[in-house]
Amino acid sequence: MNAPAVAAPITAQAFKSDYKPIWCPGCGDYSVLSSFTKAFAKLELRPENVAVVSGIGCSSRIPAYTNCYGFHGVHGRSLAAAAGLKLARPDLTVVVASGDGDGYSIGGNHFLHACRRNVDLTYVVMDNHVYGMTKGQPSPTTEPDWDSKLSPGGTGLRTFNPLVIALAAGANFVARAFAGDPNGTADIIAEAIRTPGFSFVEILSPCVTFRPEQREWKQLVRPAPVKSTEDAARAARRLMSDDGMNIGVLYKGDRKPYQPPIGKGKKHPSDLEAEFAL
Amino acid sequence: MSTKSSSKKATRKTKSAAVPKRAPAPKRAAVKPAAAPKRSAAKAAPKAAPAISASDFMAHAYAMEAEAAERYAEFADSMEVHNNREVAELFRKLARIEQRHADQILEQMGWKQSPVTAANVRWEGMEGPETADPTELHYLMQPYHALQIALLNEKRARDFFAHLAKATKDSGVRKGALEMQEDEAEHVRLIEEWIKRTPKPDSNWETDQDPPVLSE
Repeated sequence: MNAPAVAAPITAQAFKSDYKPIWCPGCGDYSVLSSFTKAFAKLELRPENVAVVSGIGCSSRIPAYTNCYGFHGVHGRSLAAAAGLKLARPDLTVVVASGDGDGYSIGGNHFLHACRRNVDLTYVVMDNHVYGMTKGQPSPTTEPDWDSKLSPGGTGLRTFNPLVIALAAGANFVARAFAGDPNGTADIIAEAIRTPGFSFVEILSPCVTFRPEQREWKQLVRPAPVKSTEDAARAARRLMSDDGMNIGVLYKGDRKPYQPPIGKGKKHPSDLEAEFAL
Repeated sequence: MSTKSSSKKATRKTKSAAVPKRAPAPKRAAVKPAAAPKRSAAKAAPKAAPAISASDFMAHAYAMEAEAAERYAEFADSMEVHNNREVAELFRKLARIEQRHADQILEQMGWKQSPVTAANVRWEGMEGPETADPTELHYLMQPYHALQIALLNEKRARDFFAHLAKATKDSGVRKGALEMQEDEAEHVRLIEEWIKRTPKPDSNWETDQDPPVLSE
């Protein structure tokens, strides 16, 4: 008798689709796509067992560029769709891709409650401090003094600190990565996926079109000077006093992921079909 | 919270190619001819450099070449999407050259595949010394610019191997590093020759009369 066939490990390249990204040349999102596929390969996942869910924006194009299942959803609502998917199909690895506009402004409320709910998801936000797809409006993470034609003199608004907010709201894993370090970012995404519960990874991903000065980020980022902590208050204090350029895993907790009540009220899709039949 | 440092004023709010001549945008750092390497050879040394064996060294060299090939292939895809076919073809050629170097290492070592993949190597800098910086691209760039990027990468690789040859205490690693240094120096020379045969871009190469992005 022949030995049962063993599936060969899948390379990072095999997670890429045939669609070529249409991001601007030089965009950090190319490297983030590479980090996604490297992380999936590192974890020995298979494309049919991974779902990449996104909202709207440059970063949210990622599902189309992978060979995994994908859902390119509604602006800011990717976490709601992803949570539903994960709860219905807990066997899938669900990764959510977003940007600072999609994730922190339009989707800000979903972000808070996804952290609280702690469904076993990995939320990756590509932060370039600007709305790139709609041509350069300030986003929640744009610096208050960023002067542009669309925000003369800057917005004057305090920047949103997504990592501190994620910690305060209950995210179980918080990390910051940099697109210019695709292998390090892949490691962080892999660790986020491995960690049960809601994992939040913010990736500094330069927009060379509307924020050309972000090319300098590669000189500014550095590994976080301290190891990750399990103490959320300590992690928050560190984040409140850093300059936003420390990269690495910053917090790792042990909250139990949200599970829907088993048995009670759980319906088979055919029951739901019957319920809604006309 | 302090978080993000105060922003520097954007020098260019739109794609530089979209900036009309009346408001000339600074030229991209990427294409400054033969600028000094941004990542020093020491910075690009693999983290395990002091203790590696000759075989480990060759595996790291393979990873370096493979990562460089992958990056050039990504650049070629990006340029194809933006209909810059001439530069796409050049990056594709550079990708093939780097992949050939990687394959030569496999052949020399008698490996079917390297024991170390590019994704598993950690350099002291963010990426390998021969890997091109993606923020250096521009959709209107010309072959001359692409070759400047390649030249910078080859010089960085040459300096990396020179540094490693000096730093290592393993004679096998030193021998390998010196050979690689010679190879990379030859590549530098070839690319410099190639640049001499390549037309220099006009000063307004970034100007696009029909810009794809306009925020003003």
